[in-house]
Amino acid sequence: MDSRYFEDLSVSGMARVAGLSKAHFSREFCKAYGEAPHQYLLTRRLERAAALLRTTDWPVATICSSVGLASVGSFSTSFRRVYGLSPTGYRASWPPAAQFVRIPLCVARAYSRPQNRTFREDGARGAT
Amino acid sequence: MGGPVIGGTVIGGTVIGGTVIGGTVIKIANSQFWVHDQDEALKFYTKTLGWEVRADVIVEAWHFRWLVVAPRGSDVGLVLMPVPGPPMLDADSSGALSELVAKGAGGTLFLETNDCRGSYEDLSARGVVFNDPPTTQPYGIDTSFRDPSGNNIRLTQVLPFDLSRASS
Repeated sequence: MDSRYFEDLSVSGMARVAGLSKAHFSREFCKAYGEAPHQYLLTRRLERAAALLRTTDWPVATICSSVGLASVGSFSTSFRRVYGLSPTGYRASWPPAAQFVRIPLCVARAYSRPQNRTFREDGARGAT
Repeated sequence: MGGPVIGGTVIGGTVIGGTVIGGTVIKIANSQFWVHDQDEALKFYTKTLGWEVRADVIVEAWHFRWLVVAPRGSDVGLVLMPVPGPPMLDADSSGALSELVAKGAGGTLFLETNDCRGSYEDLSARGVVFNDPPTTQPYGIDTSFRDPSGNNIRLTQVLPFDLSRASS
């Protein structure tokens, strides 16, 4: 569940893989992990979504579907319940992702150097 | 600020491990692969390998996209950078670099797994094409595959060293 949270997982599907009935699977899962499987999965998805809100510039809808949730509406509701802010409000409470993720500026600038520089030293070297 | 941070990027945290030189501590934060297409690479590392996105930010002014992925919990991230064109690299060099990466000369990422054959089965089912099936070596069991751009990824299960565990 931890590594496949972004897939279309269902509790009955997971129970089937574990070879247990849905009710039995949920009971055993609760006993082992302290929360119901659907709650565990939702928590994992919301944690990932929060990380993506901080570290990417993806639209909220993209983040929602990339963590395996289908409805942006219910994603926003669940997110607010856990984090106390809407997804966009949460993102706004952090520094802009471009600063937060520490992009090495020398690298970024190397990509964006102007292509046709017309400094005099170019002419001094002659046509090459 | 803004609720709990679980499994997120550590900012300004304590550096654990690393080489101590004159009172400063240095460790590897990120490594980097050249890729032909960042969207294709992102899809492969996240959807196929199941890794997390650590950063994906476009800086419009610089025509630059900073894209970092990593397996969950990993200290070291992998930066997926597009093969640069002019002015960073002239067109010939850029084309040559693209070709070299496609041929597997772009470098290798060494991964460890607790179960090489299990990973081989799982990842094969998810569409990864391996160069070879897992083979036993004196140091363990390993196999390798390549990312969509051609970068090498070696996957090793380390076992107690045993010279009698002949290569197969």
